[in-house]
Amino acid sequence: MILKVARKELNSVFASPMGWVILALLQFAFGTYFLNGVNEYFEVMSGAIRPAERTGVTMFVGQSVFGLASFVMLFSVPLLSMRLISEERRSNTLTFLFSAPLSLTEIVLGKFIGLVSFLSILVAMIAVMLCTLNAWADVDFGYLFSNVLGLWLLVASFSAMGLYFSSLTAQPVVAAIITFVALFGLLIVDRFLTGDEASVANYLSLMHHFQPFARGLIDTADVAYFLLFIITFLTLTVRRLDADRLRG
Amino acid sequence: MTTLTVEANNLTRIYGGREAVSDVSFTLSKGEVLGFLGPNGAGKSTTMKMLTGNLAPSKGSVKICGVDMIENPKEAKALIGYLPETPPLYREFTVDEFLAIAARLHGVSSKHIKVAVQRAKERCGLTEMSKRLIENLSKGYQQRVGIAQAIIHNPMVVILDEPTVGLDPIQIRDIRALIKELGGEHSVILSTHILPEVEMVCDHVQIIDKGKLVFNGSIDILKQQRHGNKLVIGLNNPPAHDVLLKVAGVESVETLPNGLLRVRYAAGQAPAEALVQAAVKQGWGLHQINPDQTSLEDVFVQLTYQDAAA
Repeated sequence: MILKVARKELNSVFASPMGWVILALLQFAFGTYFLNGVNEYFEVMSGAIRPAERTGVTMFVGQSVFGLASFVMLFSVPLLSMRLISEERRSNTLTFLFSAPLSLTEIVLGKFIGLVSFLSILVAMIAVMLCTLNAWADVDFGYLFSNVLGLWLLVASFSAMGLYFSSLTAQPVVAAIITFVALFGLLIVDRFLTGDEASVANYLSLMHHFQPFARGLIDTADVAYFLLFIITFLTLTVRRLDADRLRG
Repeated sequence: MTTLTVEANNLTRIYGGREAVSDVSFTLSKGEVLGFLGPNGAGKSTTMKMLTGNLAPSKGSVKICGVDMIENPKEAKALIGYLPETPPLYREFTVDEFLAIAARLHGVSSKHIKVAVQRAKERCGLTEMSKRLIENLSKGYQQRVGIAQAIIHNPMVVILDEPTVGLDPIQIRDIRALIKELGGEHSVILSTHILPEVEMVCDHVQIIDKGKLVFNGSIDILKQQRHGNKLVIGLNNPPAHDVLLKVAGVESVETLPNGLLRVRYAAGQAPAEALVQAAVKQGWGLHQINPDQTSLEDVFVQLTYQDAAA
């Protein structure tokens, strides 16, 4: 049943040109960065630097593409997630899901998986694009994998939070703004409190947990952080929808 | 054989200390059509939301075919088809796509989806609209899509909240025929403001006012209340009331403002023939004789007004 809801969400993204346009535009942006990265690699590495200081092409190009991707997702996920529940609330279609033989958890998980699968298409396209480097260089697949996993977890966390804020209001735009502000806050919170490695802000910051992945390090602590983040917001969403039924 | 499809026990819903629905109990058997009447804000929609599990009752319970809505919401919801006040439509889909989604989410197996969609479209007269975006359909057709999504999984109980709003007279007639047809194999609950509609399609009527059931019974009882034991006669040379009272069965006579006479007679009597004969013999100049019907509206107002006065 979860997958049926997810399929409905995916259908709904591709029912209008919106889904295709987003895919095309973002892919264009990533492609441009990828191309620039490859070009610059030759300029920067062409003998000017001592061999010991040179970095691999995967890391050089990957850094710029994944850096852009995490930044772009900060804007695009709130815009995609905003309509998940609030739009349904506004056009009274939430009743349709509530009267169907579905539990609230199935509805929320379905919507979450629907959005994440759409975003996974983007992440997969980035991964495939970087793999094409393998045609003339030796790609560091470990580095690539950790980045893809990191980006995917980041995007899933964004989605979970977006879904929750979408359940709070009947105005999609309000949901998008709150999601964006909250995500932005969580991303940069560690910048304000630099220096102290053990500070709480570091534990909370999304960026702080994303950076190890960007360096090619998969730390279970960071994976656990993202998973907890996702579970927390999905649970809150279920609770919020349940409150609808109880309070009316 | 009668099987209970809907059992509502002491349904109560409190909104911020005010009882929107209080202590509503009723049962519905298979094959019955129940009409739900009530003025605005009486609690019709709230009751329907509770029946469909969209709203948790503050007290009381709902059972659909013996399955408790609160304990086993998934099983119970699978037995219900619900059309809320505003039809829940995903406007970005075509009729076919939307109905397929509705079928899938209501647990129609993937082999049968096509058949189910086709059948629902035929029943609601949507076959020619298959490929149209719901967004571009007129209000009446959107309403039909709403009904189609409610019956697509062949539910035991169909709950329709004001299904004929926004339809043209021909469509209304079609939808009423459809509701009658549904009543054959399923149970139907429908709420409406249109009183003749209730008389036309329903077997049972409930009138709800200020959250309380003020009338619950078969449509025949309501009809009896309506017909009463009264005749309206028009005479060109009306005799004195005393003369009329002598006709067998007549209990009282009053003159109406428009010059006609209203004759009340004892239950079980039929003085019409005697009156006509008397009129012919004595040359009263009879030009009209009719059973006097209180309109359903009057009965409705009476019932809801009584409650307000009590």
